[in-house]
Amino acid sequence: MAKITLRNLAHSYLPHPKSEKDFALKEMDHVWQDGGAYALLGSSGCGKTTLLNIISGLVRPSQGRVLFGDTDVTDAPTAARNIAQVFQFPVVYDTMTVRDNLAFPLRNLGKDAGYIAQRVDAIARMIGMEESLGRKAQGLTADAKQKISLGRGMVREDVNAILFDEPLTVIDPLMKWELRTQLKSLHRQFGHTMIYVTHDQTEALTFADKVVVMYDGRVVQMGTPEELFERPAHVFVGYFIGSPGMNLFDARIEGNRAHLAGGAVDLGAAYDPLGGHTQIGIRPEHAVLTAETGLPVRILRVEDVGRHRLVRAELDGQPLNVVAPEGMAIGADLTHVSFAPQKISVYADDWRVAARNEASAGGRAA
Amino acid sequence: MEKTQNNRAWFLVLPVLVVVAFSAVIPLMTVVNYSVNDTFGNNQFFWAGLEWFEEMVTSSRLHEALLRQILFSAIILAIEVPLGIFIALNMPKGGFWASLCLILMALPLLIPFNVVGTIWQIFGRVDIGLLGHTLAALGIDYNYTNDPLDAWITVVVMDVWHWTSLVALLCYAGLQSIPQAYYQAAKIDQASRWAVFRYIELPKMKGVLLIAVLLRFMDSFMIYTEPFVVTGGGPGNATTFLSIDLVKMAVGQFDLGPAAAFSIMYFLVILLVSWVFYTVMTNMDRSQSDIPEAL
Repeated sequence: MAKITLRNLAHSYLPHPKSEKDFALKEMDHVWQDGGAYALLGSSGCGKTTLLNIISGLVRPSQGRVLFGDTDVTDAPTAARNIAQVFQFPVVYDTMTVRDNLAFPLRNLGKDAGYIAQRVDAIARMIGMEESLGRKAQGLTADAKQKISLGRGMVREDVNAILFDEPLTVIDPLMKWELRTQLKSLHRQFGHTMIYVTHDQTEALTFADKVVVMYDGRVVQMGTPEELFERPAHVFVGYFIGSPGMNLFDARIEGNRAHLAGGAVDLGAAYDPLGGHTQIGIRPEHAVLTAETGLPVRILRVEDVGRHRLVRAELDGQPLNVVAPEGMAIGADLTHVSFAPQKISVYADDWRVAARNEASAGGRAA
Repeated sequence: MEKTQNNRAWFLVLPVLVVVAFSAVIPLMTVVNYSVNDTFGNNQFFWAGLEWFEEMVTSSRLHEALLRQILFSAIILAIEVPLGIFIALNMPKGGFWASLCLILMALPLLIPFNVVGTIWQIFGRVDIGLLGHTLAALGIDYNYTNDPLDAWITVVVMDVWHWTSLVALLCYAGLQSIPQAYYQAAKIDQASRWAVFRYIELPKMKGVLLIAVLLRFMDSFMIYTEPFVVTGGGPGNATTFLSIDLVKMAVGQFDLGPAAAFSIMYFLVILLVSWVFYTVMTNMDRSQSDIPEAL
C-alpha cells in the first residue's frame, strides 16, 4: 500500500497533440493519500477512466510521472504495480469455474493452495456466491459476472490500490446498495486505497471520504461531500452535485452586493472587483420564496418529490429551482425569492471566487 | 389471426428443388446406380448387388490409400492448426502492417490448385527448381520423384504453404473480436502470457478453430489436384491418396462399378468424420456452460 502521486500529469490519445483541446487529461498534480476512499465523479468523457488506466498502467501518460510511495512507476507495466481494477462491464474467464476465477490472481502470484482456498471462501461469502463456486462462469447473468469481477479485484490482500471503474452499472439496485456497503466495510477493515469512478453522485457521496470531481479533463475540486455541496469550486460542481443542481445567475458584483434582474442581493461578504463572466450560485435548498422581499419570480410549477416539494420558477427569464419545506403553503402570493446571504457563491469565468475576508480555502483548485 | 392454408406455396420452393436435383441428387443417384451394377458400356447394365462394396471393403489397395489419407490429414492438421494460431497471435493488430500481412496471407488461398501443384513441382525439381537445386547444392540428397519420404515432405510442405493462411486468418478474426477489457483484466490479474492464451484467447477462438479444423480436415481428406500434379501419386503408390486412387480406378482403369462403390463409401466416411468432429466440439462447449452444479 502506498500513497499515489500524479506529478505534472497529462495525457492525449493523439500522437502529436497540438493544443490543450487535444488532451483527454489536462496537466494536473494530484495526490491520493494511502488508505483513502476516493470517489472520482464526473460526466461521461471527462477523463475519469483515462486517469484510472494511467494509475493502473494500462495507459502510459503522454507527460508527467506516476509515483507509488517514492517509487516512480510511470514506465512499470501493470503487472508490476500490484494493483486491482474492476471494469465497468464484467470480465470473467468463461472456461473457468467461479472458484477458479476468484483464485486466478492469487494463483498467478504462486500463493499456496490453503491460503487461496481461504481467501476465495471469504470473498465468495462477501459477494454472496458461495453456492455457485463450482459452476462455470460462462452463462451466468451479467450481475453475477460483475460480482465475480469485483471479487477478483478484492481477493489480493496486499494490493497498492483498488480501482473501480463504474463497477455497479450492471448490478440491480438492491445488490448495488449491498455491495457498496460491503466495499465500504472492506475499506474500513483493510484500509486499501480505493478509487471509485462513477457518474452517480449518490454513489460517490455514500462511498467516499473524499470526492474528486472531474470536468473536461481536469480535476476541478477535491473535498468532502459537505465541501462540494456548500462551496462548489467550479460551476460544474455546483450543478453536478445536488438534486437539482445549483441555481446560477449572471450578475454584476459590486462589493458585497450582486446586481441582477433589475434588483440586488446581499452577498454577506465583500468581494474585490471582478473581471470576466461573473455569476452567483445558490443551492435550491437555500432559496426561499417570499411575498415581497427579494427578487421577483414567476412560479411555473410545483413538483412533489416526497420529503419536500420542488418549485420550478423563472427569474428574469432564467430557470430557478427552489426546495420548499413540507407544509409550506405555496400560493399566488409568493412572487419573490430571497437567498441566504452566507450560502451564495460568486463565480468569475466558472471558478469560485473567495470573498475578501474568506481564507483561500475553497478557492480555485489546481 | 387465422392462418391461410395455401398449398400452392410449395411451388415457390420448386426452383430450389430443381437446382438441387440437378446439382446433387441426380449425379449422386447416377453414382449409386453404377455402384450396384456392372457395365461394359453401350448403356448395358447387369445387376451386381453389393458385390462392388464387398470388393472395396476388403481391398488392400483401398486400405492402404485410406491409411495414407488419414496420416496425411493428421500431419497437416497437426502442423497447420498450431502454426496458424501462432501466426495469428503474432500478426499486427491494426494499421498498414496488418493490411499487408492480410494480403500476403490471402495470396496462397487465391492461387488455383493446379497452379499450386505446378509451382511446387517446378520449385522442388533438382535440375531447375530453386528449392531442389539449392538442397542438392547443399549436399542434401533430395528428390521427390524417387524418394517416398521426400515426396511426402514436399506434399505436406506444399499443403502447409497453401492452407495455413486459412487457419491463421480465421484465428486472426477470432482474436480481433476479443474486447480489450479482457487483456486489461488479465494484466491486472498478473496473468502470464500462457495464461492469457489458455484462458482468454483460446476459449474465444474456439468457434473459429472448430470451423478451421473442419474445413482443413475435409479439404485435406479430399485432396487431389496438388499432389497429383507434383507426384502423380508416386513414387510407386507412396502419395496415392483416396481421390487419386479413385480417379485411377474410374478413369484410368474404367472400373466404374468399384469406383462408384468407393466414391459412396468415401463420401460417407467424410460425412461421418465431420459429424463426429462437429458433435464432439459443440458438446465440449455445452458441457462447459450447462452444468447446473449446486444450484
